[in-house]
Amino acid sequence: MDPDQTHRREPGLNRRDFLKGSGAAVVVSAAANAAVAQQAIPPQQGIKLFSAAPQSITLNVNGEDKQVTVEPRVLLIDALRNDLNLTSCKDVCDRSSCGACTVLIDGKPVYSCTRFAIEVVGQKIVTAESLHSQVATDEIINTFCKHDGMQCGFCTPGFVMAVRGFCNQNPGATQAACKQGLGGNVCRCGAYDGVLKAAYETAQRQP
Amino acid sequence: MVERKIGWAPQGSHTLVGGEIPRVDGQVKASGQAKYTHDMNSPGTLFAKLLTSPHAHAKVALINLEKAKGVKGVKAVLALVKVGDEIRYEGWPIIAIAAERPEYAEDGLRAVEVKFDPLPHYVDEANLKGAEAAEITDAGEPLKLTRTLGIDKTGDTDEAIQSAAHVHRGFYGVPSITHMCLEPHGSHAAWKDEDLQVALSTQNVSGTATQYALPLGVDAARVAIRCDFMGGGFGSKFAVDAWDVACARLAKVTGRPVRLMLNRSTEMQIAGNRPSAFAEVTVACDAEGHLTAWESHHWGTNGPQGSTIALGMAPYLFKPSNRTCRATGIATHCGPERDWRAPHHPQACALTQTALDDLAAKAGLDSLEFFRRNLDLTNLPHIYRPELEIAARLMDWETKWHPRGQGAGRGAVKRGVGVALHTWGGGPHQSNVTLKVHPDGTIEVLMGTQDNGTGTRTCIAQVTAETFGVPMTAVKVSIGSNQYPQAGPSGGSTTIGGVSGPVRRTAQQALWKILDLAAAKYGVDGNSLFARDGRIWSGETLICTWKQAAGLIGPMPLELRGGPVTEEEGLTSQQVGGVQMAEVAVDIDTGVVRIVKMVAVQDMGLIVNRLLARSQVSGGLIMGIAYALSEERIMDNKTGRFINANFNDYKLPRMGDIGELVVEFYEPESEYNRGVIGLGEPPVISPGAAISNAVANAIGVRVPVLPLTPKRVLDALKGANR
Repeated sequence: MDPDQTHRREPGLNRRDFLKGSGAAVVVSAAANAAVAQQAIPPQQGIKLFSAAPQSITLNVNGEDKQVTVEPRVLLIDALRNDLNLTSCKDVCDRSSCGACTVLIDGKPVYSCTRFAIEVVGQKIVTAESLHSQVATDEIINTFCKHDGMQCGFCTPGFVMAVRGFCNQNPGATQAACKQGLGGNVCRCGAYDGVLKAAYETAQRQP
Repeated sequence: MVERKIGWAPQGSHTLVGGEIPRVDGQVKASGQAKYTHDMNSPGTLFAKLLTSPHAHAKVALINLEKAKGVKGVKAVLALVKVGDEIRYEGWPIIAIAAERPEYAEDGLRAVEVKFDPLPHYVDEANLKGAEAAEITDAGEPLKLTRTLGIDKTGDTDEAIQSAAHVHRGFYGVPSITHMCLEPHGSHAAWKDEDLQVALSTQNVSGTATQYALPLGVDAARVAIRCDFMGGGFGSKFAVDAWDVACARLAKVTGRPVRLMLNRSTEMQIAGNRPSAFAEVTVACDAEGHLTAWESHHWGTNGPQGSTIALGMAPYLFKPSNRTCRATGIATHCGPERDWRAPHHPQACALTQTALDDLAAKAGLDSLEFFRRNLDLTNLPHIYRPELEIAARLMDWETKWHPRGQGAGRGAVKRGVGVALHTWGGGPHQSNVTLKVHPDGTIEVLMGTQDNGTGTRTCIAQVTAETFGVPMTAVKVSIGSNQYPQAGPSGGSTTIGGVSGPVRRTAQQALWKILDLAAAKYGVDGNSLFARDGRIWSGETLICTWKQAAGLIGPMPLELRGGPVTEEEGLTSQQVGGVQMAEVAVDIDTGVVRIVKMVAVQDMGLIVNRLLARSQVSGGLIMGIAYALSEERIMDNKTGRFINANFNDYKLPRMGDIGELVVEFYEPESEYNRGVIGLGEPPVISPGAAISNAVANAIGVRVPVLPLTPKRVLDALKGANR
């Protein structure tokens, strides 16, 4: 969705920095504690170090601040699914290629398996659950229903978030643009025809 | 008089049945609030993961679990094999670990010590000679990998080939593919004293409890199965698997609920695949293009069992009077097959109808004309004939077809069109229903069935609401539990007929009881009454509202049970025909094939829901595009491993890869009057043949083996397969 790392907003960190940091901390914490690790390794510019121990963080999800205690290695998808019981983001491919775990982070569609939970502290996370309740249903949900942009429904929340993000960024998109812009999500049942109609209609409605 | 007869109303007179009705569970699915097995997080749930065999064939030499048991967060470690056990394919489950978090389960797996003694393996599914020569042992004994599945002879094939005007000989192939259900196989298990509660990702809610009984020593009556939503099955999710039993065992030993879902690579390695089929074919026709003879030998693998598609599948659909068919199964160290949407049909269709298309080219005939001339050799010529005409019009076949390789393409990009035909049964399975009419007029339907994505809930709600003349919101449908009346498994396109038949009959019977009460109350003839728009009418006269009528049943709900339908009742039927056409653009410099347009014309008897039926057909086309163009299980002969068992390298089409899809239903009164027939399988059968035929039409040569990857296209253009 946004492979270009330079588009990332602070506070964030890139994966290489994280791996350097966490690796160092893990090695050292076998002999000492995380505070020592911070001191033992000379700080390098732009590199953040993290202890391997669980830490309490606040995630802003669907407009609410939620506390979770997770190790730095815990992915956003797993924190959402297992700690916050927000299971609309599905764990399908194990390797960031299917889009079923798509959520919005600060309005942009992101595979939630490509972010660590601690990485998105301070950012606004939106999951598909927020689009439908007893009192209100987002138009995009009903548009998916109208065009039957689903069969088994397992990829559907990921697609809904991808469409939401895509249309936010590309109001009035053509069918061809929708096809290209939504190539990051896979459906096995073959609901692409309905999803495309829903995406196109949503894009035309987008101011 | 309103005739009281079990059945459907005449075509055109339903208000809901046959309509384009959005699915009733669409909002909860689209918003991710629908809870699949994969999403079960009851308090205290532990996460379980499997360690699986990296070897295709090996003996377990050592298992040491001590370190793993001591890993932080690990609650239970279970060996699923013993030292000395023989492993017969990669991905074979070895160890299961349950832990407080999935990350801890991974840590535990890394601490397991397992050693294997590898044994010689064989995974080359296309290579029959290699399989015959392979020196393989099983349980220490020499194992012959190939076995004949029989020979089938009708008429005098040799004579017919010798006297034919045109004869074509060719080799064709369809490698194995996997189901690739986006929700992997797995379960969430919890014990409550002696009762086992399972959320199981299954196509068989009513039939799985008993599969827990034997391995666990639990009474089947104490096993509750739930599956409210299911993330794809395609034929691979009928059984309780070894890993599901392991999940229940882990729950037992830890005293906690446990969730165990396969990871993606294991899902692809062991949770089912579609058998491969390769064939040497000779086919012959007379000077007018009438098919006179078919001779074939097909082989392939379905894993360790050593079979391929059934002998009787060849030739597919077109049965000339002279034919000789032979089949050979190859046992391989590949994961075992499971039913894959329309079992055996897509492979047989591709092998047969590409060969027929090649014969048509040899005879100098338009492919469509060739198939048309031979329709009397099929099971349903009266359906295919009009469907072919409709498809040809929608594809503009007459303008687009050209002799092979002679299209007016621009530069390197060549266009072509192809056609294929298919059939499927789709008769109803055996399902029971409990239907309750409450005194306030709301209606409850309970069935131990499931929704694979077809729209089972929606179809049940539509049929019920139609029958009582009430809005669908007045109907509550409860499915997905074996605590509800037993229903058949959802496979083979049996569900929509299997549920809508009993529901319609039982709803009609309940309605008539209430109409009799209304007749007595209002002093009218019960046989003159009918329900529509939430009211009870006698001709043009309004008698009462539906709520008033329902109130006459007294304080308790009216509850009726209904059993499975029989074909004689006229609610359902079986055996449909469909026709598909493909238009492709092939770049002969790069070998890339793109779908320009697909046309599907499909018969399914009476259509319950046009919106959902359209999704089924376009979904079938897209799955067909997948196995025709990109999807393939690639086994490495040296290591015996499934080297593209991941989402990046196992290529599925994305939204931009499917071209324009045109879906047309064939529902004349004659087909409507047959009643409901299932639709899941038929539309996935023809795409392989239709697309391959279109590519041959575009580039002038046959690409003999699916999927039509750039390499295979370029090889065919270079004459590598001549």
